[in-house]
Amino acid sequence: MENKIKAKMMKPSRPVGIIGYGAYVPRYRLPASEVSRIWRGGLQLEPIQEKSVPGIDEDVVTMSVEASRNALMRADIDSQEIRAVWVGSESHPYAVKPSSTIVAEALGITPYTQAADFEFACKAGSEAIVAAMALVGSKMGNYALAVGMDTAQGKPGDALEYTAAAGGAAFIIGPANESLAEIEGVLSYVTDTPDFWRRENQKYPEHGGRFTGQPAYFKHIVNSVTGLLAELETTPEDYDFVVFHQPNTKFPKRVAKDLGFSASQFKTGLLSPRIGNTYAGSSLIGLTAVLDQAKSGNRILMASFGSGAGSDAISFKVTDQILERRSKALTTEDYLNRRTQIDYAEYVRMRGKITLK
Amino acid sequence: MDIPRHWRLNKQRYALTGEVCPHCNAKIFPPRDVCPECGDEAKTEFEFSGKGEIYSFTDIYNAPEGFEETIPYTVALVKLDEGPLVTAQLTDIGDQNVEIGMPVEMITRKIRSDGDERGLLVYGYKFRPLVTA
Ligand SMILES: [Zn+2]
Repeated sequence: MENKIKAKMMKPSRPVGIIGYGAYVPRYRLPASEVSRIWRGGLQLEPIQEKSVPGIDEDVVTMSVEASRNALMRADIDSQEIRAVWVGSESHPYAVKPSSTIVAEALGITPYTQAADFEFACKAGSEAIVAAMALVGSKMGNYALAVGMDTAQGKPGDALEYTAAAGGAAFIIGPANESLAEIEGVLSYVTDTPDFWRRENQKYPEHGGRFTGQPAYFKHIVNSVTGLLAELETTPEDYDFVVFHQPNTKFPKRVAKDLGFSASQFKTGLLSPRIGNTYAGSSLIGLTAVLDQAKSGNRILMASFGSGAGSDAISFKVTDQILERRSKALTTEDYLNRRTQIDYAEYVRMRGKITLK
Repeated sequence: MDIPRHWRLNKQRYALTGEVCPHCNAKIFPPRDVCPECGDEAKTEFEFSGKGEIYSFTDIYNAPEGFEETIPYTVALVKLDEGPLVTAQLTDIGDQNVEIGMPVEMITRKIRSDGDERGLLVYGYKFRPLVTA
C-alpha cells in the first residue's frame, strides 16, 4: 500500500508557489437560528452560527473579480503576464458562457490567455490551483490565476440551507523564487462516489444523507493527506497550520483529530462557524485566513474535498516575502468583520426566491 | 455593436478605464477622446483608482425597466479622487447611513439582466462604502 501511494504525489519540475492571494466574503449574514425558526420551530441543532449571503447584485463572477483583484495587488505583477484564468465553482451564473473570460477582462488579462471554468463540486477551486501549478511548473507561462468561489443554494428547509453560503478565494501561482508560499507537493485522491449531486437544470442539489460522511468526506481526505505526508516524509507535528474543506463545523474538526492534528493547528483556518460552507471556496478561503497570520518558515497543509468525490492535499512552506505582500490588500478578517445580519425574509429576497413575474 | 467598441466599453464598465490628457494632465471619465479642460485631443488610457467620495445622492423607489428587482436603491454622484464626477448605483450599504462626503470605492457588480432570465447579464461598476482594514 505504501509503495503504491509513494508514486502518486505530484510536483512540477520547476518549483512553484503562491505569489498573490485574495479572499472575498459578501457582507450579509444569516444566523442558523433563522432557518431553524422558520422550518423547525427553533428546535433543531444548528451546524454553524451563521452563513454569508451574497447581495442581490453579486454572483460568482463579481465575487471572483474582487478576490482576484486582491490577489493581483499582492502579486504586484502586470496582469497581462497572467497566462491562465481558471475559475472553479458549482454556481457559475451561465450554463454556457465562461465566468473566467469576464474575470479575465475585468482584470485586464485578456486577450492572450487561457480561460476556462472548472467544475468538481467543492473541489473545483483546488483543482484549478493544481492545473495552475502544472502550467507554471512546465514553463508554459509564468503566472496563472486560480479561483474557487461559490454562491451555494440549499433547498428551503433542507439541512443544507443552514450552511450553503457564499465566498471564496483567488490565488496567483508563479515561480517559487517569487512566492510568498512555496508548494511542496500535491496528492489527489479521487473515486466515483455518489454522495451529493445536482442534475442539469435542477435548482437544488440532492445528497445521500449519512453517505456524505464516512465513505465520502472522511475517506477521501484521510487518503489524500496520509498519502501526501508519507511521500513528503512529514508528520502532523511538522505543520503549523492545517485547513480542511468545511461543510459544517463538525466534519473538519473530526477529520483533524482522526489525522492527528490539534485545535491550535486548525482553528485559524476554520471559518465555517462564521460564514458557513462556501463550497469550492471553502478550503481556499481557510487558506487565505492562514496566510494572513503565517510567518516565514511556517508549514501549511490544505485538503479540499469535492463530492462525487475527491480530495486534493497540498503542502505549502511560507517564505520571507509573506509580510510585505500581505499588507497590500484587505485580509480575510476584514471581510468577516464587514457584517450585516439579515433575517429570513431578507434572505429569501436576496437569494432570488421571490419572483416578480 | 462592433467588437472593438464592445471591448472598449467593457474596460470602461469593468475597470473604470478612462483617459488622461497629455497636454494638461486632466483625468477624463467616461473616455471621450477630447479633453473637457483644454479642448485638445486626449486618447491616452488611464485606469482610475476607483476611490472617491459621495458628492450627492438620491434614493430610487420607482425603478426603470430592468432594475425593478433591486428597489429601493441609491444612486450617487461620486467625485473620484482623480477629479471626475461619475454617476453610479451604490450597493452593500447594509446598516450604514449614506451621506455627502462618505468615502466609497468602485466594485464590479451585476447591473441588470438584459431582458428576462434568458438574457445576457450585464456587469459594470457600482460604488460601496469604503471597506477598511
Ligand atoms: Zn487637457
